Amino acid sequence: MTLAAAIGLTLGNLDLDLELDVDGTAVVAVVGPNGAGKTTLLRALAGLLRIDRGRVAINGTVVEDPAARLRLPPEGRDVGVVFQEHRLFSHLSALENVAFGLRASGTPKAEARAKAMEWLEQVGLPDVARLRATQLSGGQAQRVALARALATEPAVLLLDEPLAAVDAAARAELRHLLRSELRRCPGARLIVTHDPIEAAALADRLVVLEDGQITQEGPLVEVTARPRSQWVASMVGLNLLCGVAENFRVRLPNGAVITVADECKGETFAAIRPNAVSLQRHRPDGSPRNVWPGEAGDLHVAGDRARIRVDGPVPLIAEVTPAAVAELRLAEGGCIWAAVKATDIETYPC
Amino acid sequence: MRIRLFRLGVPAVAAVLLVSACGASTKSSSSTTTGAPSTTASTAGAMSGTLNVFAAASLTSAFNNAKTTLTAANPGLNLTYNFAGSNTLATQIQQSAPADVFASADPKNMQTLVTAGLVETPVTFARNKLRIAVAAGNPKKITGLADLAKPGVTVVLEAQGVPAGDYTRQVLASRKITVTPKSLETDVKSALAKVTSGEADATVVYQTDVAAGGSKIQGVTVPDADQPQITYPIAVVKATRNHAAAQAFVDSAVSGDVQKALIAAGFAPPQ
Amino acid sequence: MRNRLPAGLAPAVLAVGALAIVVLPLVGLVQRAPWSTLGRDLRAHDAFTALRLSVVTSLGALGVSVLFGVPLAWVLARRVFPGRALVRALVTLPMVLPPVVGGIALLYAFGRQGFAGRILYDVTGWRFVFNTSGAILAETFVAMPFLIVTAESAFRSMDRRAEEAAATLGARPAYRFRRVTLPAVAPALAAGGALTWARALGEFGATITFAGNFSGTTQTTPLLVYLDIESGNEATALALSLVLLAVSLVVLVGLRDRWIGKV
Repeated sequence: MTLAAAIGLTLGNLDLDLELDVDGTAVVAVVGPNGAGKTTLLRALAGLLRIDRGRVAINGTVVEDPAARLRLPPEGRDVGVVFQEHRLFSHLSALENVAFGLRASGTPKAEARAKAMEWLEQVGLPDVARLRATQLSGGQAQRVALARALATEPAVLLLDEPLAAVDAAARAELRHLLRSELRRCPGARLIVTHDPIEAAALADRLVVLEDGQITQEGPLVEVTARPRSQWVASMVGLNLLCGVAENFRVRLPNGAVITVADECKGETFAAIRPNAVSLQRHRPDGSPRNVWPGEAGDLHVAGDRARIRVDGPVPLIAEVTPAAVAELRLAEGGCIWAAVKATDIETYPC
Repeated sequence: MRIRLFRLGVPAVAAVLLVSACGASTKSSSSTTTGAPSTTASTAGAMSGTLNVFAAASLTSAFNNAKTTLTAANPGLNLTYNFAGSNTLATQIQQSAPADVFASADPKNMQTLVTAGLVETPVTFARNKLRIAVAAGNPKKITGLADLAKPGVTVVLEAQGVPAGDYTRQVLASRKITVTPKSLETDVKSALAKVTSGEADATVVYQTDVAAGGSKIQGVTVPDADQPQITYPIAVVKATRNHAAAQAFVDSAVSGDVQKALIAAGFAPPQ
Repeated sequence: MRNRLPAGLAPAVLAVGALAIVVLPLVGLVQRAPWSTLGRDLRAHDAFTALRLSVVTSLGALGVSVLFGVPLAWVLARRVFPGRALVRALVTLPMVLPPVVGGIALLYAFGRQGFAGRILYDVTGWRFVFNTSGAILAETFVAMPFLIVTAESAFRSMDRRAEEAAATLGARPAYRFRRVTLPAVAPALAAGGALTWARALGEFGATITFAGNFSGTTQTTPLLVYLDIESGNEATALALSLVLLAVSLVVLVGLRDRWIGKV
């Protein structure tokens, strides 16, 4: 089961221009900021939106090619979609919803219903079979929507922010279900999300989409360990700096210099974990050669962790303990010194 | 300020409505007083004021021609007609429609009003004959009443209670001819329209209607032996507000300008 | 302390006026009705025939309106084409045209000498005038616009997302229409259909002008009421009027919520 897409598409202010390959071996998550074009991409793949240039092929069969005047509508593509808002058919029962795709392709009623019942059991909702869509909770409805899409056993399964509209209480459980169902599903699976937890839980590969272009893609672990854009960095909670490297020093555009432990050359990323940043009110002595002054900015305390922005020649987010917050009186702001060990800095070429 | 104006407005509108309603009636009553018999030099110019004549549809062109003559001779006369099927008119008069004169196409409808005490003694002012009306050129080759029963001939007649229709049915029954009309029209004018428009092949109306029908209509004679007695009665409506003019019109219909117009249109004199 | 009218009195007074305009004639009808002889009057000359014919023609007009009107409404709602605004205006024209004018227009088009009717007659021998089909056509002419307007509005305002979902599940356009679109607009269509049927039931001017007047074939209930009043058969006319009034009331009360906008 493969999806091979080269898409050129202009929609309003958005210019989508990318190439994407998904096969059955890895679940791909498309992440990115709002307006990057993630949903537009998903709709184009599903056939709900025309592309201007390029080619989309499913299992080797071309389903869209503007240059060849070829375009299969959604019903002609072997694609299943789980939408953000379940979009169940409100006049049908849950069972009839799940059976819909099968009946639409000609499966006899009894057989379709039997299969639909199996899928409902698969998603853990055998008891709601007779209920109308309007009688289900948000989480239940989304599960039924998942079963409905899976029931047609599509070659490509697309999910558009499947957890976004589900309330927090049901989300974890649904995420768990999605994870196991996605593992089981043999098709090419692509999920669009802006939630890093969702991406981390469900995906094997990440594709980062920013402003219509892919800025980074690769295995989840790699992308999150070595972000190549600010957006990914903030998504995974890493500090990301970019500069020109020479030997063991990286010079930032504003002139500040970072000393690193690995030899590097040319355009280089430097990633620093927030908990590797230590803060002091006075300039520290000792080994760290990376010591910068800054202004203590926004402070967020969450449980046993606190994050604070430090604005200065080297802008950073530092993670400290609440005790440190109190001791350093960080809430008052003011001048602060940040220090990072060279060995705590990860460098990789741009 | 706005609220005050609005409160003024509501009673003001109501007042205007009331005044206009009263105005209509005061206007007619004032015209009655001016319409009282005036002593003028001319004898023929005795008709003045407003006169509403309710007349059977078959009298349309004759009475319209008469109007020209009458208003020329009587400049103070405001003559209006209401043409419809005689049964319709009789019902309207029973519902107190403002008629001054009723000219019916048959005695039956007049009798209804006589019995109800709504009209003065009627007089016969004209006679008419039935005639078959067909499209110009007579494509279906209709030669007489018997041909109306031929299959393939589309016939329309007038509805029950419309004098022309009743007379026709009376004649057909006495000749034992069974005609199934495709439609029963509300008056002779509608029936003729169906023939001129080509929807119907034939209808039976009065000879005066055929004469007035123009180039699109051709007539086929119904023999005198089959003709019913078609007499037109006319009467003054008792509730009239212009008795003098009403009576003058009735007199004219029997033997005056209106009678001349009737003869010219093909009616026979009352005898 | 100034003597002020309680707020809302003026609108209430005017509202009562509106009510009076509508209700008093109905009261007059009910009050004059021959309740004691109702059954006999309805069985009298042609009354029952007219009622039965009215049911047949009005349901026929509804059927034709649905068959042709719903697809047209769908096209108007979903497809953009040059002249769409004009088509929409034309389709609603019969709603504002005086029915008699409609009847005359129908004659010129579908009468035996009409430009379309002539061809029909020459080729098939079929004619609408003086035929029950003519009564159905006349009623359809005046009533179908109601259905088209309601249906188009429903198609436009329905949530298209369910249709998209259906497409991704493999449902082809006809299947989607049948199993997703139609159920979604069904309530609005029902309301529009009831309105259409009621309009067809009450049609007079176009019917008598175009189709003719003959008991059992073209003499629908409104025509018989008119003729009865004209010829003094008040009792039958009133009895029939009551039947029409009762039917209209049932339809209106049953669908009141839809029209006030609970949909």
